[in-house]
Amino acid sequence: MLSSEDLDTLLLTFKVAGMATTIMLLIGTPLAWWLTRTCSAWKGPINAIVALPLVLPPTVLGFYLLVLMGPSGVIGKFTNWLGLGTLAFSFYGLVIGSVLYSMPFVVQPLQAAFAMIGKQPLEAAATLRASPFDSFVSVVMPLAKPGFITAAILGFTHTVGEFGVVLMIGGNIPNKTRVVSVQIYNHVEALEYSEAHWLAGCLLVFSFTVLLILYTQLKASPVAQPFK
Amino acid sequence: MTVIKARFALNYGDFKLEVDLSLPSTGVSVLFGHSGSGKTTLLRCIAGLEQAAQGYLALNGTIWQDSEQHLFLPTYKRPLGYVFQDANLFSHLSVLDNLHYGLKRVKNNLGLIKLNQAVELLGIGHLLTRMPNHLSGGERQRIAIARALALNPEILLMDEPLASLDFKRKQEILPYLSRLHQQLDIPVVYVTHSQQEMAQLADTLVILEDGHILAAGPLSATQSRLDLPLAHDREAATVWQVIIAEHESHYHLTHVDFDGGSLNIPAVDAKIGIALRIQIYARDVSIALTEPSATSILNVLPAIINEFTEGRDGQALIQLQVGKNLLLAHITRKSLLLLDLQIGMPVFVQIKGTSILN
Repeated sequence: MLSSEDLDTLLLTFKVAGMATTIMLLIGTPLAWWLTRTCSAWKGPINAIVALPLVLPPTVLGFYLLVLMGPSGVIGKFTNWLGLGTLAFSFYGLVIGSVLYSMPFVVQPLQAAFAMIGKQPLEAAATLRASPFDSFVSVVMPLAKPGFITAAILGFTHTVGEFGVVLMIGGNIPNKTRVVSVQIYNHVEALEYSEAHWLAGCLLVFSFTVLLILYTQLKASPVAQPFK
Repeated sequence: MTVIKARFALNYGDFKLEVDLSLPSTGVSVLFGHSGSGKTTLLRCIAGLEQAAQGYLALNGTIWQDSEQHLFLPTYKRPLGYVFQDANLFSHLSVLDNLHYGLKRVKNNLGLIKLNQAVELLGIGHLLTRMPNHLSGGERQRIAIARALALNPEILLMDEPLASLDFKRKQEILPYLSRLHQQLDIPVVYVTHSQQEMAQLADTLVILEDGHILAAGPLSATQSRLDLPLAHDREAATVWQVIIAEHESHYHLTHVDFDGGSLNIPAVDAKIGIALRIQIYARDVSIALTEPSATSILNVLPAIINEFTEGRDGQALIQLQVGKNLLLAHITRKSLLLLDLQIGMPVFVQIKGTSILN
């Protein structure tokens, strides 16, 4: 059975993932839109930076974040100056790390969805008196809905499953930074295989259910299937 | 009369557009040309959809673009209606929501009246609850036209609205367009490469070639210009505006009047006094020096030779004046020599057939 400690880690995990997903959608939407539409020379470098976590070992990203957010890092000094203390080994540090780590899983489906819409509906909206922002809300967002759903689900589940970044910048502090993936590791370390089974099983069922919904409910829309 | 003034320069490397154009404030101006001639690009420049275009554009004295003053009114602020080649309806909205999309964003209370008129005129009242994916191409295009008209625009821009439709669908929509033509009180700029649509709809004809304007002017004056390729085409024709004068139903004929004479045309089911557009193909016109007395051809009219030129393959092209109308005739070069036709010579034209355009 799940212990109350395990339940706490589950709750914390979903809190981190929920907050990270919200932030990723807020940042990722304008970013993906800009990347889809721009002809700027910055498009390539920005794309590469966004996609970097796909290929970078999580420990590398976590290491740099730890250094930056630590007391002598740039971000750490800044947050100290603001009187917030350092972000390393804190809940918000974990959220920031998750945002960076899972960003490509949000930006790329959105980019694919935006690209598929093309410029035609936007031109139609412009000839029908809709300002660029208006047409984004009234035309692009509804047309890209499957992309948004995919982005949110992938961003969320990917954050739930992260381990390397969490261990580097968050550590293993109960109720603060101890998330499910770390807790499973703890159980295995302590040879508590049955507890590890319960938690791992929960994550397995959760992930499978989410993907099942993704692939069955949204099958009509090709943008909803990023791995095809 | 000239109310649309447009001057544009646009360079896409392999394609250059350079035009300077004035269009009248009423009627349909057709931008005519082959694909790649720049007609759609010109239309997009007028709409502000080609932001790279440099130049000047004013409609009814309001400047929409003046690159010298860095003035560029974005598309959504231009009081225009635009019909795209493939309708371009919003697939996530029902027909009714598509029709209301622009209407909601326009600050004028005439829109709803215009929309209701358009819905009736275009016969789309039964489609309002459908989704665009469940419509035929012709239905989609009619909705796109109504959606643009609902804006109560100051100008209607139409980019080959029939090009993506098959012959049957075209025939289904053309009558609606003709009706629109008669009832609209705003200028229409209509892009097409189809001679049929041009003949049926144009009041003003603008011919484009390789990004330049080859000719622009009233329809029949422009289509009968011998220095333009249009008159040399096998399908070359002139369009006349006529008025129904009398029906001769036992012969299945209708008499129509034009400025300077009258004609017999196949019976038309319309009231006396109604205006019609008819088309006379240059290949259906022959020339006689004296009035033919015994001929099966009903339409024999006095005419004066304005101009002629030699065409390809032993052909000669002749432009004639019939009353106040212009007429094109394709005859053989041999006949031209045998009859010794000269400019200013009075002759008789025999018109073998006419086709009714609306």
